[in-house]
Amino acid sequence: MQKAIGKRAISSFISLFLLVILVFFLSRLTGDPAALFLPVDASEEMLEAFRERHGLNDPVIVQFFSYLGDLVRGDFGDSLRKARPALDVVLEAFVWTLQLALITMALVTVAAVTLGSIAAFKVGTAFDRFTSMLSLIGASAPDFWIAIVAIVLFSVNLGWVPTSGTGSVWHWILPICVLFIRPFGLILQVVRGSMLSALGSAYVKTARAKGVKNRPIIFVHTLRNAMLPVVTVIGDQAAALLNGAVVVETIFGFPGVGKLMIDSILQRDFNVILAAIMVTALAIFIMNILIDLAYALLDPRIRA
Amino acid sequence: MAEHLLEVRNLSVRFHTAQGVVNAVNDVSWHLDPGETLAILGESGSGKSVSSSAIMNLIDCPPGEITEGEIFFDGMDLLKASDEERRALNGKRIAMIFQDPLSHLNPVYTVGWQIAETITAHGRPDQMAKDRALELVRRVGIPNPEQAMKKYPHQFSGGQRQRLMIAMALGLKPDILIADEPTTALDVTVQAEILTLLEELQEETGMGLVLITHDLGVVAEAADRAVVMEGGRIVETGTPHDLYHNAQHPYTRKLLAAAPGKGEMRQPDAQAQPILSCRNLSKTYGAFHALDRVNFDLMKAETLAIVGESGSGKSTTARLILRLEEASGGEALWHGEDLLKKSPREMGKVRRQIQMVFQDPTQSLNPRMSVFEIISEAWVIHPGVVEKRRWRGRVEQLLGQVGLLPEHANRYPHQFSGGQRQRIAIARALALEPELIICDEAVSALDVSIQAQVIELLGRLRDELGIAFMFIAHDLPVVRDFADRVLVMKQGEIVEQGPVRQIFEDPREPYTQRLLAAGLDPDPEVQRQRREARLKLSA
Amino acid sequence: MGQNDMSDTTATEAPAAKPAPSKSSLLSMLFADQFATVAACFVILVILCAIFGPLLLGEAASDQNLRARNAPPFTLDRGWLYILGGDALGRPLLPRIVVAAQNTIMIAAGAVAGSFIIGAVLGLTAGYSRKLVSEVIMRLADVIMSFPSLLLAVIVLYVLEPSVLNLVLVLAITRIPIYLRTTRAEVLEVRERMFVQAAQVMGASTFRIVFRHILPVILPTLLTIATLDFAFVMLAESALSFLGIGIQPPEITWGLMVSQGRQYLTSAWWLAFWPGLAIILTTMSLNLLSGWMRVALDPTQRWRLETGGKKNG
Repeated sequence: MQKAIGKRAISSFISLFLLVILVFFLSRLTGDPAALFLPVDASEEMLEAFRERHGLNDPVIVQFFSYLGDLVRGDFGDSLRKARPALDVVLEAFVWTLQLALITMALVTVAAVTLGSIAAFKVGTAFDRFTSMLSLIGASAPDFWIAIVAIVLFSVNLGWVPTSGTGSVWHWILPICVLFIRPFGLILQVVRGSMLSALGSAYVKTARAKGVKNRPIIFVHTLRNAMLPVVTVIGDQAAALLNGAVVVETIFGFPGVGKLMIDSILQRDFNVILAAIMVTALAIFIMNILIDLAYALLDPRIRA
Repeated sequence: MAEHLLEVRNLSVRFHTAQGVVNAVNDVSWHLDPGETLAILGESGSGKSVSSSAIMNLIDCPPGEITEGEIFFDGMDLLKASDEERRALNGKRIAMIFQDPLSHLNPVYTVGWQIAETITAHGRPDQMAKDRALELVRRVGIPNPEQAMKKYPHQFSGGQRQRLMIAMALGLKPDILIADEPTTALDVTVQAEILTLLEELQEETGMGLVLITHDLGVVAEAADRAVVMEGGRIVETGTPHDLYHNAQHPYTRKLLAAAPGKGEMRQPDAQAQPILSCRNLSKTYGAFHALDRVNFDLMKAETLAIVGESGSGKSTTARLILRLEEASGGEALWHGEDLLKKSPREMGKVRRQIQMVFQDPTQSLNPRMSVFEIISEAWVIHPGVVEKRRWRGRVEQLLGQVGLLPEHANRYPHQFSGGQRQRIAIARALALEPELIICDEAVSALDVSIQAQVIELLGRLRDELGIAFMFIAHDLPVVRDFADRVLVMKQGEIVEQGPVRQIFEDPREPYTQRLLAAGLDPDPEVQRQRREARLKLSA
Repeated sequence: MGQNDMSDTTATEAPAAKPAPSKSSLLSMLFADQFATVAACFVILVILCAIFGPLLLGEAASDQNLRARNAPPFTLDRGWLYILGGDALGRPLLPRIVVAAQNTIMIAAGAVAGSFIIGAVLGLTAGYSRKLVSEVIMRLADVIMSFPSLLLAVIVLYVLEPSVLNLVLVLAITRIPIYLRTTRAEVLEVRERMFVQAAQVMGASTFRIVFRHILPVILPTLLTIATLDFAFVMLAESALSFLGIGIQPPEITWGLMVSQGRQYLTSAWWLAFWPGLAIILTTMSLNLLSGWMRVALDPTQRWRLETGGKKNG
């Protein structure tokens, strides 16, 4: 187990390093931040002074190594836009995204696992067909479209919830509902399929021959076996949410890391982009380890 | 009518499948008395396990449908009882064990928990269940029972898993134990141990035992009475002795005739020259020696059998010679040239001369290629063997040689039965006119009657075409009928080798003796002698 | 259990007579599943729109009619072209959706085809070559996987110009790992099967084994995934266009239409609603088709369709 985590740490670190290089150079290609940050009528001297202050005049390769040097000392540089340490800006946004992702995934997991298990046990019934339809629609829905339709319906026309921002509990409802749909659809399908094949497996036959009741057969014998592929999908979906639900955060004006990254790219706030990528990469790394632990917890064959 | 412990009367079950309605069993009746062992004997598709599934309420309806019949247990018709009543009987009064215990045990729970569950599922307290489980694990002969309770199914060997399944079934001292092919896929020595264990437990508890099997030897060893099934019907009932000596139904006679191990043994040709010589052939995986310095010769047109239990290294030997795996040391001289040192290109040429037939023809034929493509592929790979315009004719000729029809060339593997598929695999091996064919358990996945036909085919090809065979098998009677010389392997080493007659009639090594004694013979008298020999050896 | 027992009833040596699976039986299996039939029809309709739409309705779609600005749907007053209403410049929505199908489908198809081919080739290589090569390819996939794909797209499209080709390229790159991982996993499993070893014993070259024996076996799985992925790529493209970094006007895709209609949501909901509905119906159809393919192309699952769509556990 420790060996596996070590291996994962090394490969994740290499991936992250390559990513930082890629993003560093790609983002410098988007243009000169000075032109964006100073007024249109700024003089050439002002532009020059701005570039000089932020080290933008050095050759890109020199900039890169000085960035790496700072990074080793734990300095992620400053945000051009906010004139604050980039890491602080990112962490602030990340806390929002983390909350949103955790709440959404918790709801999705509970709903999808419960409904999926029941659908598998009642395969072919009206309930099964209904949940299948539900999951199909969920898995096919374009989130940006759902989001704007929901805003028109529930915020503008009905006035039940606010359109955007983060002020109260009410602000969270629409983003969570919209983010809920796709992972719910996908995970429900996986739960149902996985439960179906587990219910058909030989050890279920043994349990029936032992005289075990239906409920323990579903929730003790089958569910734990069926959860393995489900955990993988939950991990993938959670990773996508941690990366920032760009579209939904943008539409709802939710100050999460996805919106921050988009804004930073558009405004050439390089240090923030890089810090955001590293923070989310770390979060996803930690989450993958949790997923591995969940695997080991569920299946003794993996523990070896 | 006298009251039996369990009685199945006129049971008919059918399944609604893609090919229409299949009558799985038709008008099947049998009964079981306390302390009795009833064997239900049949080949695949005979419906031999359907009636037990009906007893245990394990038939899914749909697609299954019980159209007719009664199952009497304890004065009650099970088929009229409610699901809850039947559940209460399962595990408590009637228990069942299955073939392939690995997939029938839940992989994610400890065996201790699973054994105790039989007891707790019927409302007994946890502590009592735990104590009883430990007692059972000890009784079925698992070493270190306390630790074993906390382990998971994958941490045991195949034989141990079946012992654990038995422990699980016996938790509440059931009146009836149904064992569905309990020893299939186990090594012969392990099979003998499991059957002995079942017999001992039966004596201790007085339970009735239903033994579902395809193996006449198991019937001879363990059964008091047997019913023979074919195509969903019972064709004959009787004691093993009566069935063996006095079979009435043609199907029973056919089964008995097909049982291997009765023919004349062959005499190896003393003058033959070796074509393949293995010297110190070795294979290690880390510290594990899968094959340890193996030496043997294979003569021209000779059949050399390699026998041994699982893990003995018999398949590894073949895989190393064919370079499906790289050897760790030694040499394999083919007409004096070391196969292990050949470049891929040189090896490609040699492959024409050495062909292989695999265990499971369902898997060894590409499901997406027609029979014509499968056989003619050899000539695509080795141009010049057969001219392209003669391919069609040659394929049809080969199909004829293995007992199939020319029009079969355009069909796909899934359209054939298991035995026919193995014939196709043999035709493919013949396509390159090889000097040596390696058969890796080539008949062990087939039903006995079909096995006999395939062996006969191989024998005919050997005589007509002068092909040498390396015949890898775990089934000794088949080897006895077919081989010239036998090589006995154990844990990666050769234990004994010699002419077939010497190995079978005068085995020198204790391991060979044990192996022979553990094999089951369809003749109850012969089997009784074997059993005595076996008990003497293990004492 | 009874069923396994029954599946081998032909084990006797009678000449077999099971019919071979043909194209017609594949069609009848499609008809056995009504949802899949409807889905297939819809997908064909969308593809026809994508091919012939611009030819037939290209002019109508760009025809501005100031009096029909934000014209409401469900009225034939302005002719059938305005049945779904008009957009902010008075262009009829129905022809615009039909015409936009071309870019939408083309981008998705291009990206899926690109990632499919590259991913499958890399996956076959990774699955059937030595450890080192395989390891390098897999790490490469990890890098792509670990990157938020939408952000990669944003950066690249921001650096390069957001043309159809660049959009296809970016989307293709982000989807490669899906095919790569699946192919490799399948190859690792299939290469251990006996018929592959039988081909090896016969002396078949690596090329022959990979393309003649392994690829045909894993192709159905890949096609099933590709169908599903087509829906995913469509959604991704729509999201990019919605964010304003995908396709730029005057080119149109469904996602861009939703984006353009967004500002009129409160006054003219149909501007964003119809193209969104087109997206959701297409992705749903693709999901349904993929689910059907998973069953139909898997010999062990096929009976579910052959018994007349009666589902069974």
